[in-house]
Amino acid sequence: MAKIKTLADLKKMKEDLQSKVDVRERSNTPESYVQIKVGMATSGIASGAKEVMDFLIEALEKRNIEAIVTQTGDMGYCFAEPTIEVTKPGEEPIVFGYVDTQKADEIIEKYIKLGELVEGIIPVNYQVIDEDK
Amino acid sequence: MNNISMHILDIAQNSIRGEASLIEIEVNEYVQEDILEIIIKDNGRGMDNEMLTHVIDPYTTTRTTRKIGMGLPLLKHSAEQAGGYLMIDSKLEEGTIVSVRFKHSHIDRPPMGDLAGTIVLLVAANPEIEFKYIHQLNDNKYEFNTKEIKEVLEDVKINDPKIRGFLKEMIVENLNELYVL
Repeated sequence: MAKIKTLADLKKMKEDLQSKVDVRERSNTPESYVQIKVGMATSGIASGAKEVMDFLIEALEKRNIEAIVTQTGDMGYCFAEPTIEVTKPGEEPIVFGYVDTQKADEIIEKYIKLGELVEGIIPVNYQVIDEDK
Repeated sequence: MNNISMHILDIAQNSIRGEASLIEIEVNEYVQEDILEIIIKDNGRGMDNEMLTHVIDPYTTTRTTRKIGMGLPLLKHSAEQAGGYLMIDSKLEEGTIVSVRFKHSHIDRPPMGDLAGTIVLLVAANPEIEFKYIHQLNDNKYEFNTKEIKEVLEDVKINDPKIRGFLKEMIVENLNELYVL
């Protein structure tokens, strides 16, 4: 039977990582990265946000783009799930709706890499029901 | 919401919003007794009795409190469809326990889905929250605890892509081992 990974293996891996890059320095300056938040409330999860998030993490790492991908709650755009919010360093956040893996790929290639806007942007002046209170 | 792991991801989201610092996720499979039990326990801000009575009703809750939404009602429905039930217990300022049971062999019992991926996603997206994940299959148990992992990692972040990949593989391998035993 194949050997199962343990915490001892994790320790080894950690040491490898530390010797290659200065991880500490990297994670202390989140502003200098592309930050992506994936909307993950019930509506997001049900429409495939998890697959999109997995794809983003994998694709960004493969393409050597330094980015932080996290999850967030409901952004108020349930009709357009899955939604993601992309913040490039020094720029205003942009929310994209109806993001499947194909769209996510387009967002990486066009918006993140080249700065071109792609279809599916949800304008920020959109009213969210919550704000009407 | 077509599998257990998605429900877990969704319900854990409530705990995160409830400012929990520790979230315990238990999956217990008792095949002999034909029970699949999921327990999600947090130390977040909890609910009072008033809210507890409403929390399962999507319409009441969305209007009186802020959005609680469809997560719990969907899971309750899913459990009841598969010969089970959902229970919530909560104390204000102490935390909440959501436990749900399915008939393990029921044809409408949702499949497990990507449990390992879900746990890693939660862990990596909320590095400041401690997670415990306990998966029991009959008499065998696997326990995953971010506290232990963070101790090993020291100043390396738990959400580093390479670490994420490792953790996912580690959980998958351990779960597979459970099913082999």
